[in-house]
Amino acid sequence: MERDLPPLTLPLLRGTLSRRTFFRGAGAAGLAALLAACGTAAQAPKSSEDRAAEDKSDKEKVVNWSNWPEYIDVDDAGKRPTLEAFMKQSGIKVDYTEDYNDNDEFFAKVQPQLSAGQDTGRDVWCSTDWMVARLIRLGWVQELDKGNIPNADNLEDNLADVEFDKGRKYSLPWQSGFTGIGYNPDATGGKKVESIDQLLTDKTLKGRVTLLTEMRDTVGMVLLAMGKDPASFTDADFDAAMTELQNARDAGQFRGFTGNEYTSGLASGEIAACLAWTGDVVQLQADNPKLGYALPATGHMIWSDNFVIPNQAQHKKNAELLINYYYDPKVMAQVADWVNYIPPVKGTKDALTAADPDVADNPLIFPDDEVRAHAHVFRGLSEDEETKYNKQFQSLIGA
Amino acid sequence: MTALAVHPVPGAEDGPPDDADEARAVGRKRSTPYLLLLPAGVWLIIFFAVPLVFLLSQSLQTGSLTTGYALTWNFAIYPEAIAQYSEQLIRSLVYAASATVLALLIAYPLAYTIAFRAGRWRNLLLVLVIAPFLTSFLIRTLAWQNILATDGPVTGALQALGVTDLLRGIGLIDGNKLLGTPLAVVTGLTYNFLPFMTLPLYASLERIDPRLHEAAGDLYSTPWTGFRKVTLPLSMPGVVAGTLLTFIPAAGDYINSQLLGSPSTTMIGQVVSGQFLRVLDYPTAAALSVVLMLTILALVTVYVRRSGTEELL
Repeated sequence: MERDLPPLTLPLLRGTLSRRTFFRGAGAAGLAALLAACGTAAQAPKSSEDRAAEDKSDKEKVVNWSNWPEYIDVDDAGKRPTLEAFMKQSGIKVDYTEDYNDNDEFFAKVQPQLSAGQDTGRDVWCSTDWMVARLIRLGWVQELDKGNIPNADNLEDNLADVEFDKGRKYSLPWQSGFTGIGYNPDATGGKKVESIDQLLTDKTLKGRVTLLTEMRDTVGMVLLAMGKDPASFTDADFDAAMTELQNARDAGQFRGFTGNEYTSGLASGEIAACLAWTGDVVQLQADNPKLGYALPATGHMIWSDNFVIPNQAQHKKNAELLINYYYDPKVMAQVADWVNYIPPVKGTKDALTAADPDVADNPLIFPDDEVRAHAHVFRGLSEDEETKYNKQFQSLIGA
Repeated sequence: MTALAVHPVPGAEDGPPDDADEARAVGRKRSTPYLLLLPAGVWLIIFFAVPLVFLLSQSLQTGSLTTGYALTWNFAIYPEAIAQYSEQLIRSLVYAASATVLALLIAYPLAYTIAFRAGRWRNLLLVLVIAPFLTSFLIRTLAWQNILATDGPVTGALQALGVTDLLRGIGLIDGNKLLGTPLAVVTGLTYNFLPFMTLPLYASLERIDPRLHEAAGDLYSTPWTGFRKVTLPLSMPGVVAGTLLTFIPAAGDYINSQLLGSPSTTMIGQVVSGQFLRVLDYPTAAALSVVLMLTILALVTVYVRRSGTEELL
């Protein structure tokens, strides 16, 4: 071997022995410093001046809105009529992006910018209640200037004062919905599935039940079935609910835990019964009227997806004008007619009665007071609780 | 290597002083390989070395989003994470290994046929092997949901043939359905990574001189002996490359188990994604990624040593 090396290489190689040792020591110290440099700073709550960026709204007539897929009215030509009308009327161009598929995924996407105090490139998006709670807790969203949103007065009374955002300073609902039970009679042999107990223990449904990856929906429904209130449960209640779920899981009752993707399985009958969101099922029923939907007698969950404006948004005022526009009942009626969720704006039902009485009479879109009384919200969680519960739930759903 | 590179090139100092031009030319020649390696090297540093350092650092940090994360050399996370998720880790390796073996059994005859028997159909067949890549990974996996549907024709046919009873007997499925079982996940993995097995196999088989087969025949070997003593040994680099390209991504995959499996078929990739996205436990997610990486590295090293093809690494 050594003979083949160029003449000077050998002493060099011999010399490197000590040098290598030196480098190894220096390398270890350097690696340690490098690893330490990767930490992230603590999130001191920022003052409102630090949260806000210079508002370019008047110079750039643009607003960037991120929303969930199929969550706004679309006409036959693929255009979005209410958005088009807003652009025409206000002269503000809306960049509407359907890149909000999942609260957790979206959070992971914007978390690096928000924790570094940078612009996310978005002026407004619609987060579910608990995610709004987290964003407020972290100080990553800005207070809304209600001066730009006079229509905010049209907000339904029962949504006006929520635990995570007293007085709705940071958020306004876009759509609300119930979590109930969807089932396909073809797959259940014509049987109705109307209780959580049935979902968890009915052997004829074995392996063909899905629950939701949204911890608050799944655990909330089980808590209700156990006679506990999701708005005021204890650690022990949570553990008891997890035990019920774990037993059903171990018995092979579940096909899986899903987000919106349960819809195709429910329609085809691969999923016999599942926890499902109202708007999804109303849309599925339009194609397959046989599909069943039940709000259990023990109670059901209600949630909202809410407009929030992130820190450093470049077009805050434009975003507020957009929100104001959708808080007009006539506009919200057009959206409700298409998305089939529960609109949070007073007067929407009256505005819709003339145009589409079928939808206006649908109790899943405009629930009566009795149904609303059975609707429950999950209580706000501290960061420690959220981590602990998420960890338990995550090991239940097997990931 | 780099330590050597910064020193004067031996040839330059060796040569007579009046031959400076030639020495420069030699110097240029010597530096060419490093220049050629530069783009890949920079790429590797930015997209592999730096993220790897981040990952290692993240795994040893403690904290939360509100308090920030600081490096506390929390090595205890490793035994904790391994103890909690060893089941999913082992399951991932078993599924990946099963998929690799299945893919090898399917791909070898396929690659052999394309290399030696396909004639003018060779290019068409190669295109067909790659064709699935024209659709997204996700769509292809979703298609298997329909193929294996509980009330679908495949399940029905297998039931009629009694295959489902057999599969249930050996514990691969549960009840009368294929979806949501280990079998479905392994099938999905096998299908999705099959081209990664086929192409290296084809590449190494195609290089074999057909006259070697004739020579084997002339020496009175049966076709089977010829295959065993000539073709198979010569195709080993393809076998090793194919198994690595299949096993490594399959072990970390989480789409197949997510879409075709059930809560009891969870693989380690799903755990990492869940810890990272939902629990926001970044250190555990990072530690599990490191563990997976080291486990695969160890297995691959042993495998490559055993099969005597170190030159591939």
